[in-house]
Amino acid sequence: MRTWLFLVAAAVLAAVLVDGLAGLPSFGHFHGVDGLTLDHVTVRQRHATDVITAINFDYRGLDTMGEEFILFASSVGLVVLLREQRSDRRQDARDGPAPPGGDARDPLLALVGRWGVAPIIVLGIYIVTHGQLTPGGGFQGGVILASALITLLVTSGGRGPRTIGRHGALEALEALGAGGYVAIGVAGIIAGLQFLSNFLPLGTAGALLSSGTITSLSTVVGLEVAGAIALIVAEFVEQGADSGTAR
Amino acid sequence: MSFLPFAVAAWLLLVGLYGVVTSRHLVHLILCLGIVQASTYLLLLAIGYLHAGRAPIFVGITVGTPAVDPVVQALTLTDVVVEATVSALLLAIALQVDRRFGTVDPDAIRELRG
Repeated sequence: MRTWLFLVAAAVLAAVLVDGLAGLPSFGHFHGVDGLTLDHVTVRQRHATDVITAINFDYRGLDTMGEEFILFASSVGLVVLLREQRSDRRQDARDGPAPPGGDARDPLLALVGRWGVAPIIVLGIYIVTHGQLTPGGGFQGGVILASALITLLVTSGGRGPRTIGRHGALEALEALGAGGYVAIGVAGIIAGLQFLSNFLPLGTAGALLSSGTITSLSTVVGLEVAGAIALIVAEFVEQGADSGTAR
Repeated sequence: MSFLPFAVAAWLLLVGLYGVVTSRHLVHLILCLGIVQASTYLLLLAIGYLHAGRAPIFVGITVGTPAVDPVVQALTLTDVVVEATVSALLLAIALQVDRRFGTVDPDAIRELRG
Protein backbone atom coordinates (compact mmCIF):
# COMPACT_ATOMS: atom_id res chain seq x y z
CA MET A 1 0.00 0.00 0.00
CA ARG A 2 2.67 2.45 1.03
CA THR A 3 4.89 1.45 -1.86
CA TRP A 4 2.04 2.16 -4.27
CA LEU A 5 1.43 5.55 -2.73
CA PHE A 6 5.12 6.29 -3.06
CA LEU A 7 5.23 5.16 -6.68
CA VAL A 8 2.37 7.48 -7.61
CA ALA A 9 3.93 10.41 -5.76
CA ALA A 10 7.36 9.61 -7.19
CA ALA A 11 5.98 9.52 -10.72
CA VAL A 12 4.50 12.99 -10.25
CA LEU A 13 7.71 14.26 -8.68
CA ALA A 14 9.79 12.73 -11.49
CA ALA A 15 7.64 14.49 -14.07
CA VAL A 16 8.12 17.83 -12.31
CA LEU A 17 11.85 17.17 -12.00
CA VAL A 18 12.26 16.33 -15.67
CA ASP A 19 10.30 19.44 -16.59
CA GLY A 20 12.44 21.58 -14.31
CA LEU A 21 15.77 20.07 -15.30
CA ALA A 22 14.92 20.40 -18.99
CA GLY A 23 14.82 24.17 -18.50
CA LEU A 24 18.41 24.29 -17.28
CA PRO A 25 21.27 25.25 -19.57
CA SER A 26 22.67 22.09 -21.13
CA PHE A 27 25.48 20.37 -19.26
CA GLY A 28 28.86 21.99 -19.79
CA HIS A 29 27.51 25.22 -21.25
CA PHE A 30 26.67 27.22 -18.15
CA HIS A 31 27.49 30.90 -18.32
CA GLY A 32 26.48 32.33 -14.98
CA VAL A 33 27.26 36.03 -14.89
CA ASP A 34 28.28 36.03 -11.22
CA GLY A 35 30.62 33.10 -11.56
CA LEU A 36 32.27 34.39 -14.72
CA THR A 37 32.75 37.83 -13.19
CA LEU A 38 34.21 36.41 -9.99
CA ASP A 39 36.56 34.14 -11.96
CA HIS A 40 37.93 37.29 -13.58
CA VAL A 41 38.07 39.81 -10.76
CA THR A 42 38.80 37.83 -7.60
CA VAL A 43 42.56 37.52 -7.96
CA ARG A 44 42.92 41.22 -8.72
CA GLN A 45 40.32 42.45 -6.24
CA ARG A 46 41.00 40.21 -3.23
CA HIS A 47 44.45 38.75 -3.98
CA ALA A 48 43.05 35.27 -3.33
CA THR A 49 43.80 32.54 -5.86
CA ASP A 50 41.05 30.15 -4.68
CA VAL A 51 37.89 31.84 -5.88
CA ILE A 52 35.61 29.48 -3.94
CA THR A 53 37.20 30.42 -0.62
CA ALA A 54 37.03 34.09 -1.56
CA ILE A 55 33.31 33.71 -2.24
CA ASN A 56 32.69 31.91 1.03
CA PHE A 57 34.64 34.22 3.29
CA ASP A 58 34.28 37.52 1.50
CA TYR A 59 31.64 37.96 -1.19
CA ARG A 60 29.21 35.68 0.67
CA GLY A 61 30.76 36.25 4.08
CA LEU A 62 27.45 36.95 5.77
CA ASP A 63 25.96 33.66 4.53
CA THR A 64 28.96 31.80 5.84
CA MET A 65 28.42 33.41 9.22
CA GLY A 66 24.90 31.98 9.18
CA GLU A 67 26.26 28.62 8.10
CA GLU A 68 28.78 28.68 10.92
CA PHE A 69 26.04 29.42 13.43
CA ILE A 70 23.91 26.60 12.04
CA LEU A 71 26.76 24.27 12.94
CA PHE A 72 27.15 25.98 16.30
CA ALA A 73 23.45 25.74 17.12
CA SER A 74 23.23 22.14 16.00
CA SER A 75 26.18 21.04 18.13
CA VAL A 76 24.74 22.86 21.15
CA GLY A 77 21.35 21.29 20.49
CA LEU A 78 22.94 17.87 20.23
CA VAL A 79 24.75 18.32 23.53
CA VAL A 80 21.51 19.39 25.20
CA LEU A 81 19.63 16.42 23.73
CA LEU A 82 22.22 13.84 24.73
CA ARG A 83 23.29 15.19 28.11
CA GLU A 84 19.76 15.38 29.39
CA GLN A 85 19.39 11.65 28.87
CA ARG A 86 22.76 10.91 30.27
CA SER A 87 22.02 12.50 33.62
CA ASP A 88 19.33 9.84 34.19
CA ARG A 89 21.72 7.13 33.08
CA ARG A 90 24.61 8.26 35.24
CA GLN A 91 22.59 7.43 38.31
CA ASP A 92 22.23 3.78 37.25
CA ALA A 93 25.80 3.51 36.06
CA ARG A 94 27.20 4.70 39.35
CA ASP A 95 25.90 1.64 41.19
CA GLY A 96 26.94 -0.74 38.41
CA PRO A 97 30.35 -2.30 37.76
CA ALA A 98 33.39 -0.25 36.81
CA PRO A 99 33.46 1.04 33.21
CA PRO A 100 34.73 -1.66 30.85
CA GLY A 101 37.65 -1.37 28.50
CA GLY A 102 39.77 0.62 30.94
CA ASP A 103 42.86 -1.39 30.13
CA ALA A 104 41.65 -3.05 26.96
CA ARG A 105 43.96 -0.99 24.77
CA ASP A 106 45.36 -2.73 21.76
CA PRO A 107 49.05 -1.73 21.77
CA LEU A 108 49.19 -1.45 17.98
CA LEU A 109 46.11 0.78 17.89
CA ALA A 110 47.51 2.93 20.67
CA LEU A 111 50.76 3.29 18.72
CA VAL A 112 48.93 4.36 15.57
CA GLY A 113 46.91 6.80 17.65
CA ARG A 114 49.94 8.31 19.30
CA TRP A 115 51.97 8.72 16.10
CA GLY A 116 49.08 9.45 13.78
CA VAL A 117 47.65 12.42 15.61
CA ALA A 118 50.49 14.88 15.06
CA PRO A 119 50.60 14.54 11.24
CA ILE A 120 46.82 14.85 11.11
CA ILE A 121 46.95 18.08 13.12
CA VAL A 122 49.70 19.48 10.89
CA LEU A 123 47.67 18.60 7.78
CA GLY A 124 44.59 20.22 9.31
CA ILE A 125 46.43 23.45 10.10
CA TYR A 126 47.90 23.44 6.59
CA ILE A 127 44.48 23.05 4.95
CA VAL A 128 42.90 25.71 7.20
CA THR A 129 45.59 28.31 6.55
CA HIS A 130 46.01 27.71 2.80
CA GLY A 131 42.33 27.99 1.89
CA GLN A 132 42.82 31.29 0.10
CA LEU A 133 45.51 29.78 -2.15
CA THR A 134 44.50 26.21 -2.97
CA PRO A 135 41.46 24.01 -2.32
CA GLY A 136 40.72 23.95 1.39
CA GLY A 137 39.78 26.44 4.04
CA GLY A 138 38.23 26.52 7.47
CA PHE A 139 35.47 23.97 6.95
CA GLN A 140 37.58 21.30 5.31
CA GLY A 141 40.60 21.80 7.55
CA GLY A 142 38.43 22.01 10.65
CA VAL A 143 37.02 18.57 9.96
CA ILE A 144 40.56 17.22 9.52
CA LEU A 145 41.56 18.76 12.86
CA ALA A 146 38.53 17.17 14.48
CA SER A 147 39.53 13.82 12.99
CA ALA A 148 42.74 14.00 15.03
CA LEU A 149 40.63 13.86 18.16
CA ILE A 150 38.44 11.14 16.67
CA THR A 151 41.59 9.08 16.01
CA LEU A 152 42.49 9.45 19.69
CA LEU A 153 39.00 8.39 20.72
CA VAL A 154 39.00 5.34 18.48
CA THR A 155 42.47 4.14 19.40
CA SER A 156 42.38 4.71 23.15
CA GLY A 157 39.95 1.95 24.05
CA GLY A 158 37.46 2.79 26.77
CA ARG A 159 39.65 5.35 28.43
CA GLY A 160 39.59 8.16 25.91
CA PRO A 161 35.98 9.19 26.34
CA ARG A 162 36.45 9.43 30.10
CA THR A 163 39.57 11.56 29.97
CA ILE A 164 38.08 14.09 27.61
CA GLY A 165 34.81 13.84 29.47
CA ARG A 166 35.05 17.51 30.28
CA HIS A 167 34.27 19.13 26.98
CA GLY A 168 35.00 22.60 28.21
CA ALA A 169 38.03 22.94 25.95
CA LEU A 170 36.05 21.93 22.86
CA GLU A 171 33.21 24.25 23.75
CA ALA A 172 35.67 27.09 24.30
CA LEU A 173 37.29 26.38 20.91
CA GLU A 174 33.88 26.44 19.26
CA ALA A 175 32.85 29.65 20.97
CA LEU A 176 36.18 31.25 20.10
CA GLY A 177 35.64 30.39 16.44
CA ALA A 178 32.05 31.62 16.31
CA GLY A 179 32.81 34.77 18.30
CA GLY A 180 35.96 35.45 16.31
CA TYR A 181 34.00 35.52 13.06
CA VAL A 182 31.62 38.13 14.41
CA ALA A 183 34.51 40.08 15.95
CA ILE A 184 36.31 40.27 12.59
CA GLY A 185 33.03 41.40 11.04
CA VAL A 186 32.58 44.13 13.65
CA ALA A 187 36.21 45.16 13.22
CA GLY A 188 35.26 46.05 9.65
CA ILE A 189 32.76 48.57 11.03
CA ILE A 190 35.34 49.96 13.45
CA ALA A 191 37.74 50.37 10.52
CA GLY A 192 35.13 52.68 9.01
CA LEU A 193 33.76 50.20 6.46
CA GLN A 194 30.82 47.79 6.51
CA PHE A 195 30.22 44.65 8.56
CA LEU A 196 32.48 41.84 7.30
CA SER A 197 34.22 44.05 4.77
CA ASN A 198 37.77 43.10 3.89
CA PHE A 199 39.69 45.79 5.77
CA LEU A 200 43.08 44.12 6.26
CA PRO A 201 45.99 44.66 3.85
CA LEU A 202 45.60 42.27 0.92
CA GLY A 203 49.26 41.33 0.53
CA THR A 204 50.64 39.54 -2.52
CA ALA A 205 48.38 37.07 -4.30
CA GLY A 206 49.77 33.60 -3.74
CA ALA A 207 51.50 34.41 -0.46
CA LEU A 208 50.39 32.72 2.75
CA LEU A 209 49.46 35.98 4.46
CA SER A 210 47.39 37.41 1.64
CA SER A 211 43.80 38.29 0.81
CA GLY A 212 43.11 40.19 4.03
CA THR A 213 40.25 38.99 6.22
CA ILE A 214 39.62 35.91 4.06
CA THR A 215 42.56 34.19 5.75
CA SER A 216 41.54 35.27 9.25
CA LEU A 217 37.88 34.30 8.77
CA SER A 218 38.90 30.94 7.35
CA THR A 219 41.10 30.34 10.39
CA VAL A 220 38.39 31.14 12.95
CA VAL A 221 35.94 28.96 11.03
CA GLY A 222 38.55 26.19 11.21
CA LEU A 223 38.59 26.51 15.01
CA GLU A 224 34.81 26.52 15.18
CA VAL A 225 34.38 23.50 12.92
CA ALA A 226 37.11 21.53 14.69
CA GLY A 227 35.48 22.22 18.06
CA ALA A 228 31.94 21.49 16.87
CA ILE A 229 32.68 18.24 15.02
CA ALA A 230 34.94 16.96 17.80
CA LEU A 231 32.26 17.80 20.37
CA ILE A 232 29.55 16.04 18.36
CA VAL A 233 31.64 12.88 17.93
CA ALA A 234 32.79 12.89 21.56
CA GLU A 235 29.18 13.16 22.73
CA PHE A 236 28.17 10.19 20.59
CA VAL A 237 31.14 8.13 21.76
CA GLU A 238 30.24 8.84 25.38
CA GLN A 239 26.73 7.66 24.67
CA GLY A 240 28.19 4.35 23.56
CA ALA A 241 30.40 4.18 26.64
CA ASP A 242 27.47 4.92 28.92
CA SER A 243 25.10 2.40 27.45
CA GLY A 244 27.97 -0.09 27.63
CA THR A 245 28.07 0.31 31.39
CA ALA A 246 24.34 0.30 31.88
CA ARG A 247 23.44 -2.68 29.73
CA MET B 1 24.81 12.40 -23.05
CA SER B 2 24.63 15.96 -21.79
CA PHE B 3 21.59 15.18 -19.65
CA LEU B 4 23.26 12.31 -17.79
CA PRO B 5 24.39 14.27 -14.66
CA PHE B 6 20.92 15.73 -14.25
CA ALA B 7 19.35 12.31 -14.69
CA VAL B 8 21.65 10.90 -12.01
CA ALA B 9 20.72 13.76 -9.66
CA ALA B 10 17.01 13.08 -10.19
CA TRP B 11 17.59 9.35 -9.72
CA LEU B 12 19.48 9.93 -6.44
CA LEU B 13 16.64 12.12 -5.18
CA LEU B 14 13.97 9.54 -6.03
CA VAL B 15 15.89 6.50 -4.80
CA GLY B 16 16.73 8.31 -1.56
CA LEU B 17 13.07 9.18 -1.04
CA TYR B 18 12.15 5.55 -1.72
CA GLY B 19 14.58 4.57 1.04
CA VAL B 20 13.05 7.12 3.43
CA VAL B 21 9.51 5.92 2.72
CA THR B 22 10.23 2.22 3.08
CA SER B 23 12.77 2.48 5.90
CA ARG B 24 12.39 0.22 8.92
CA HIS B 25 15.26 1.68 10.91
CA LEU B 26 15.90 5.30 11.88
CA VAL B 27 19.64 5.19 11.14
CA HIS B 28 18.88 3.75 7.71
CA LEU B 29 16.33 6.52 7.22
CA ILE B 30 18.89 9.21 8.09
CA LEU B 31 21.40 7.72 5.64
CA CYS B 32 18.71 7.75 2.94
CA LEU B 33 18.12 11.42 3.68
CA GLY B 34 21.86 11.90 3.09
CA ILE B 35 21.43 10.33 -0.36
CA VAL B 36 18.60 12.77 -1.10
CA GLN B 37 20.93 15.60 -0.18
CA ALA B 38 23.72 14.14 -2.31
CA SER B 39 21.46 14.70 -5.31
CA THR B 40 21.53 18.42 -4.58
CA TYR B 41 25.34 18.47 -4.56
CA LEU B 42 25.43 16.73 -7.90
CA LEU B 43 22.78 19.03 -9.35
CA LEU B 44 24.61 22.17 -8.21
CA LEU B 45 27.98 21.01 -9.49
CA ALA B 46 26.50 19.81 -12.78
CA ILE B 47 24.84 23.18 -13.36
CA GLY B 48 28.12 25.05 -12.93
CA TYR B 49 30.21 22.76 -15.11
CA LEU B 50 31.88 24.17 -18.18
CA HIS B 51 33.31 21.95 -20.93
CA ALA B 52 37.12 22.11 -20.81
CA GLY B 53 36.84 24.54 -17.91
CA ARG B 54 39.52 24.51 -15.23
CA ALA B 55 38.96 24.54 -11.50
CA PRO B 56 38.38 28.14 -10.35
CA ILE B 57 41.74 28.20 -8.58
CA PHE B 58 44.15 30.46 -10.36
CA VAL B 59 47.43 28.88 -9.37
CA GLY B 60 49.52 28.03 -12.40
CA ILE B 61 46.81 29.20 -14.79
CA THR B 62 46.30 32.79 -15.83
CA VAL B 63 43.21 34.78 -14.93
CA GLY B 64 40.84 34.63 -17.85
CA THR B 65 41.27 30.91 -18.47
CA PRO B 66 37.78 29.42 -18.77
CA ALA B 67 36.91 27.96 -15.37
CA VAL B 68 33.83 26.25 -13.96
CA ASP B 69 31.39 28.35 -11.98
CA PRO B 70 32.73 29.01 -8.47
CA VAL B 71 29.41 30.22 -7.01
CA VAL B 72 27.68 26.83 -7.16
CA GLN B 73 30.79 25.20 -5.70
CA ALA B 74 30.64 27.56 -2.73
CA LEU B 75 26.93 26.74 -2.39
CA THR B 76 27.76 23.04 -2.44
CA LEU B 77 30.15 23.56 0.47
CA THR B 78 27.33 25.20 2.42
CA ASP B 79 25.08 22.31 1.46
CA VAL B 80 27.57 19.74 2.76
CA VAL B 81 27.91 21.55 6.09
CA VAL B 82 24.14 21.75 6.51
CA GLU B 83 23.80 18.06 5.68
CA ALA B 84 26.38 17.18 8.33
CA THR B 85 24.61 19.19 11.02
CA VAL B 86 21.20 17.83 10.10
CA SER B 87 22.49 14.26 10.21
CA ALA B 88 24.14 14.82 13.59
CA LEU B 89 20.97 16.24 15.12
CA LEU B 90 18.77 13.52 13.62
CA LEU B 91 21.10 10.80 14.92
CA ALA B 92 20.88 12.33 18.40
CA ILE B 93 17.09 12.30 18.14
CA ALA B 94 17.22 8.69 16.95
CA LEU B 95 19.22 7.82 20.07
CA GLN B 96 16.59 9.48 22.21
CA VAL B 97 13.80 7.64 20.41
CA ASP B 98 15.61 4.38 21.15
CA ARG B 99 15.79 5.31 24.84
CA ARG B 100 12.18 6.39 25.11
CA PHE B 101 10.46 3.75 23.00
CA GLY B 102 12.98 0.91 22.96
CA THR B 103 12.74 0.66 19.17
CA VAL B 104 14.12 2.43 16.11
CA ASP B 105 11.50 1.19 13.66
CA PRO B 106 9.50 4.25 12.57
CA ASP B 107 6.34 2.14 12.14
CA ALA B 108 6.59 0.63 15.60
CA ILE B 109 6.95 4.10 17.11
CA ARG B 110 3.71 5.16 15.49
CA GLU B 111 1.97 2.11 16.89
CA LEU B 112 3.17 2.91 20.39
CA ARG B 113 1.69 6.39 20.16
CA GLY B 114 -1.65 4.90 19.14
